[in-house]
Amino acid sequence: MTTPTPGSSATPELTGSRNHEPANLADVLERVLDKGLVVAGDIQVNLLDIELLTIKLRLVIASLETAREVGIDWWERDPWLRGDHRLERENRRLRDRLAEIEGDGDRRSLESDDVREGARHD
Amino acid sequence: MTDDAAVWLYAVTRGPEPGGLAALSGVAGAPVRAVAAAGLVAVVSSVSSAEADEQQLRQNLEDLDWLAATARAHDAVVGAVTRSATTVPVRIATIYHDDDRIREMLTEHQAAFSATVDLLTGRTEWGVKAFAASNGSDTSSGEAVSGESAGRAYLLRRRAQLRAREAAEHLAAGHADRVHAELGTLAVAARRHPPQHSRLTGTRASMVLNAAYLVDDTSADDFAATVKELDEQRALLDLHLTGPWPPYSFSRIAEVSA
Repeated sequence: MTTPTPGSSATPELTGSRNHEPANLADVLERVLDKGLVVAGDIQVNLLDIELLTIKLRLVIASLETAREVGIDWWERDPWLRGDHRLERENRRLRDRLAEIEGDGDRRSLESDDVREGARHD
Repeated sequence: MTDDAAVWLYAVTRGPEPGGLAALSGVAGAPVRAVAAAGLVAVVSSVSSAEADEQQLRQNLEDLDWLAATARAHDAVVGAVTRSATTVPVRIATIYHDDDRIREMLTEHQAAFSATVDLLTGRTEWGVKAFAASNGSDTSSGEAVSGESAGRAYLLRRRAQLRAREAAEHLAAGHADRVHAELGTLAVAARRHPPQHSRLTGTRASMVLNAAYLVDDTSADDFAATVKELDEQRALLDLHLTGPWPPYSFSRIAEVSA
């Protein structure tokens, strides 16, 4: 009953050379979250759930392509994250429309150019 | 001081019980123990309702501090068991109501676990990451330019830099494919993982290869030497060897080869 020691039989000579790195957190998380045997436990947190719940982390760990592959792409639609102030423009458009209906034509023409300009970038 | 609401599973090995479990502490510092059935041994610890409650668990998984500590604890136990027995690592947050449920699970999956242990025996997982080496092309931005065209010159230079960088990364990706193919010939099995984002690696160099190799222990020295050689031969790549790892990337190897 000896306590196992790190770096016994399986460790090649190169251990400790400049190419060999201790496990960093990203490597550990990548393995324990995404790899390892999946058996159904009694407390159910399924694969996809974990991926969704740890989205902040996954955005950092996984390439964006991978995240898209599993359907995690909400940041592409989130106006704040896209730096795309669609809501703001939408509000302005509605205000313009209201102003138009109320007969304030000048203000409308000024701002609606802006709106169309922005819409074209979508 | 846990209320022992449930049982956290770390890994499965084949009997006899691996040594040194009593010296280990697991998730939330709980003592690690063995549950045996069907010729297999599950390495487990008891967890309190704080870890085992489904709703709480979801919240915990979103808490990066909890996740980091738990991932480290889980990996430390799996790693220690791997060093004394051939081990099938289990994914984080695999939780059962009690020891009886663990025994049922071992019995139910006996054949699959046994086959996986056979395939992993005498083999170790190694990680290799390759980064596109920076060749200093980004540092040529200091030349003086005449006043009126400075803005235009800057833009042209910037565009040239970006193109050069893109071309270098494309080239590096090609080299990475060949490195992966060559290392694959020394391994029993190989898996490519998604490259890690540079915010996580803490380097501006882009990762072009993030792979795991299951290598016979008798070939481990060869494998490490080859990584070193390839690193020296391929100026476009910086190679990094990590490990030995518990065989996380190959825990489903029996399903795959079946």
